[in-house]
Amino acid sequence: MSFEWPWQYNFPPFFTLQPNVDTRQKQLAAWCSLTLSYCRHHKLYTLDIMEAQESPVFNHKNIDRKLSMEAILIVFEELRKKGNLEWLDKNKTRCLVMWRRPEEWGKLIYQWVSKNGMVNTVFTLYELANGDDTESEEFHGLEDWMLIRSLQALQMDGKAEVISMDDGKGVKFF
Amino acid sequence: MNETLVIQQRGVKLYDGEDKAKLDVGIVLLSTHQLIWRDLKNHECCIAIPLSQIIYFEEQAAGIGKSAKIVVHLHASPANKEPGPYQQSKFSYFKLSFKEHGQIEFFRRLTEELSQKRWESTPMSQPIPTATNSQVRGRHRTDNLLYYTLLCYTLLSSAILSSAILSSPVLCYTLLSSTIRFKSYLLSMGIANPVTRETHGSGTHYHLQLAKQLGDILLAPLEERGGMMALTEVYCLVNRARGMELLSPEDLVNACKLFESLKLPLRLRIFDSGVMVVQLQSHSEEEMISSALDNVTDKGSLTAEEFAKLLGLSVLLSKERLLLAEKMGHLCRDDSVEGLRFYPNLFNSQA
Repeated sequence: MSFEWPWQYNFPPFFTLQPNVDTRQKQLAAWCSLTLSYCRHHKLYTLDIMEAQESPVFNHKNIDRKLSMEAILIVFEELRKKGNLEWLDKNKTRCLVMWRRPEEWGKLIYQWVSKNGMVNTVFTLYELANGDDTESEEFHGLEDWMLIRSLQALQMDGKAEVISMDDGKGVKFF
Repeated sequence: MNETLVIQQRGVKLYDGEDKAKLDVGIVLLSTHQLIWRDLKNHECCIAIPLSQIIYFEEQAAGIGKSAKIVVHLHASPANKEPGPYQQSKFSYFKLSFKEHGQIEFFRRLTEELSQKRWESTPMSQPIPTATNSQVRGRHRTDNLLYYTLLCYTLLSSAILSSAILSSPVLCYTLLSSTIRFKSYLLSMGIANPVTRETHGSGTHYHLQLAKQLGDILLAPLEERGGMMALTEVYCLVNRARGMELLSPEDLVNACKLFESLKLPLRLRIFDSGVMVVQLQSHSEEEMISSALDNVTDKGSLTAEEFAKLLGLSVLLSKERLLLAEKMGHLCRDDSVEGLRFYPNLFNSQA
């Protein structure tokens, strides 16, 4: 299934940061949703800002428009405020994109666990993210850092406990 | 190079040697060829001295109750001297007394002219235009042009000739350009008695009167231009119409600021970018914005230049309209290497 671009993507002003405050808010909201859905479609978890600038999202070759670095940073900052992005370094060159926030992932995982009657069972992280049982689930292939965060979020709610095991980590659901 | 005006200074009294001349305060003009003193009110009363006539001159500093002066020593006047207000004098010098200052700069320019002797390199082609004879000349020229233009109109209206004229681009162009010049001459003749500081004093009263006069003369040109003119354009137009009595930019702005309090149908408007325009009061903002939006929607997108062509406005003003519509959220921009282009604000309407 190919990625479906929003209408704004073919609208040249989309690639110019709008000076009108109201217009800019709507523009940024559209950029945030495009960035997240693009990452989700391609299962991207980390972005390098230099690479991002050249990626089709921010560089639409057909209409010869490019979002400036300054504008990309503003979009990313907007995403960070909404809790969908975290910088990996102080210089803001790499970031984690969370098109689903840890709590949301946690919820998904817990739903799957309880649906399959596996509450009170212990899983290794590998089993959860890469095991055969979860192949059809959205969280299949989730990167480790994200998985741990999601489980930690569940732990905060008292629904799981991350435990250390011989070869890495495991989790028990309640 | 012909004779040109170097500097002029108002508020100068003449001394015939040591005696106060029996003349009023006047204006002193320095050209590349002559030194001219002219009565402020009676422009016919005028004294001109060729610079070649000057032997030397000196400054006389101001004292308590005394204005600074420049003393000018002259050769004996030539026998063929034209008659003037002062036929003869027992002194070989006269003094310029600067009541409203300006003597330092005037002295400097006079020194410059006398050392450069520009009058030697170029013959004096014509007397410096004093108000009276420039008016006469101007009117003469205008009459000729009026005659010529009316002739053209008569030609145009005759049916036999019109097809011949219209098929000849050169003739068409001549007709067109003469019509434009005709218009500009009509404007030049516009202000018969301009409001000046000399007629209305300085300060608020002057600006009030000036604002009223501006209100009268700007209505027609504003209507012709779609209700809005850049202040620079107004400045040129007004000063062309005033002829000799040029208006300073500050006076123009100050007078325009009074439009509102005088309840005149004009307004001075300052855009966010700092561009100042004079507009008709009836010229509503909403209309301007909706016309910008309509045009942009119609064409898909527009640059300021394209919009200017559509409206027949200046690029500066059409850009202001687009920016205004953008500010109100009706348009948005695409700023690329190809330039600044405005689009309907789909972010608002399609979201």
